[in-house]
Amino acid sequence: MPRVSKGVALALLQEISLEEPRLVEWDWLAENFWEDIFPAIQGHMYLSFVSVAIALAISLPVGVLAARYRKIYPPVTFVTGILYSIPSLALFSILISVPGIVIGPTPVIIALVAYSLLILIRNVVAGIDSVPAETIDAARGMGLTNRQILFGVELPLALPVIVAGIRIATVTIIGIATIGAYISGGGLGKLIFDGINRNFPTMIIAGAILATALAIIADLLLLALERYLRPWARRRRA
Amino acid sequence: MVGQILEVIGRPGFTRLLLTHVELSALALIIAIVIAIPVALAVRKTQAGAAVAINVGNIGRAVPSLALLALALPFFGFGFTSALLALAALAVPPILINASTALREVNPGVIDAARGMGLSGSQVLARIQLPIAAPVIFAGIRTSAVQVVASATLATFIGGGGLGDLIVEGFQRGDTAILLAGALSVAVLSIITEVGFAGIERALTPKGLKIAQKRRS
Repeated sequence: MPRVSKGVALALLQEISLEEPRLVEWDWLAENFWEDIFPAIQGHMYLSFVSVAIALAISLPVGVLAARYRKIYPPVTFVTGILYSIPSLALFSILISVPGIVIGPTPVIIALVAYSLLILIRNVVAGIDSVPAETIDAARGMGLTNRQILFGVELPLALPVIVAGIRIATVTIIGIATIGAYISGGGLGKLIFDGINRNFPTMIIAGAILATALAIIADLLLLALERYLRPWARRRRA
Repeated sequence: MVGQILEVIGRPGFTRLLLTHVELSALALIIAIVIAIPVALAVRKTQAGAAVAINVGNIGRAVPSLALLALALPFFGFGFTSALLALAALAVPPILINASTALREVNPGVIDAARGMGLSGSQVLARIQLPIAAPVIFAGIRTSAVQVVASATLATFIGGGGLGDLIVEGFQRGDTAILLAGALSVAVLSIITEVGFAGIERALTPKGLKIAQKRRS
C-alpha cells in the first residue's frame, strides 16, 4: 500500500477540515477507491468466502455423522456452542497468544470458521432430520445402498435447510470479519479502524456502510437461493 | 502465565473495567427492551405492521456490531454515551423480531376461547398472549444480552471503556498476560450471561407450555 498518497490525502483532509468539517468527503472516496476501498471490499469477501467454505467442509461430514450417531451430537453442540459464545475480539486475542500464530488473515479465518461451526452443523443435522422416514423407506425399498440414500436422497432434500445455515453463518461472518482488521486481517474493518485512528469520519462511514451492505446483499442472495431450492415454502413466512 | 493473568485480574483497575462492561451491557439491554417491546405490542394487531417490524429487525440484525459502534463516533463523539447508544441499537432487532413473531403466532383459537370466557382485550393480552409469548420474547432478550456483552468489548474503540480496554492495552504493549486477562474475562462473562439467561428463560416458561413442549418432542 503506497504510503505517500495516504499522507497526501491526510494533508488534504487537514486542509479541508480547517475550512469546514464534513462527514463524508466524496472527493476522498473517489480518489482512493482503487487504492483503499476496492481492496478492502475484496479482502472482506475473500475472508468471508474462505471461512464459510472451510467451515462447510468440516460441518458437512460432522453433521452427517452427528445425524447418524446421535450420541456425538450433544458434545459437538456443547463445544461449538462455547466457541460461538466467546466474543470475537477475545477469540482473536486468545488465538494470537498461541505460539506460532502471528497476526494477519490466518487467525481471523480460524476464528471465523470456529464461529460458523455451530450454525452449520446444527442446520446439517436439522436438514437431514427433516427428511421424512417414508422417503428413506421408499429409497431403501428401491434397493438403494446407504451411501446412495445419503447422497441421492437425504442431502438433496436437506439442502434448503443447509443453505439457510450457510446464510446465517455468512451474515454473521461478514460482520465479525470487520473486527479481524484489528489483528491485521484486512477487509472493510481496516477502513473503520484507520478512520478511527485518523479521526476521519469518511473512512469510518465508508467501511461501516460497505460492511453492512455486503452483509445485507449476501443475506438476500442466499435467501433467494434458499427459496429457489424450497419452492413449496415460498409463501410461508414474511 | 496463569499467575501473571491472575495478577492482572487482581488489580484494582480490573474491577472498574468489569463494572463498566456490565453497566454498559445492562443499560443497553434495558433501553432496547423499553424500545422494542412497546413497538412489538403496537404493531401486533396489523399484519402489515408486524411484517414491517420483522423485516426491519432482520435488516438491523445484519448490521455488523463494529459498524454500528464506529458509526456512533462521528455523530455522538468519543465516550460511554456513544457506546451505550450503539449497543442499545444493536440489541433492539432480536427482541423486536421475537416479540413481534411470538405475539402474532399465539393460536387464534386460544384467544377466541378467552374472549368467549368474557375477558376484555387488555385481559387477553395480559393473561393469555403475554404468558404464551413470554418464552419466545425472552429468547430474543437472551440473544440480545449475549450479543451486547460480546459487543461491549468493542466499546473500547470509541472510548466507551469496559474489558476491551485490557485487550487493547495488552495488544499495544505486546503483553500477552494483559491481553489474555481481558480476553478470558470477557469470554467467561459471555458464557455466564448465556447460561444465566437460559436458566431464567426456563423459569419463565409457563408450566402448561412446558408440558406441551415435552409432548411434542
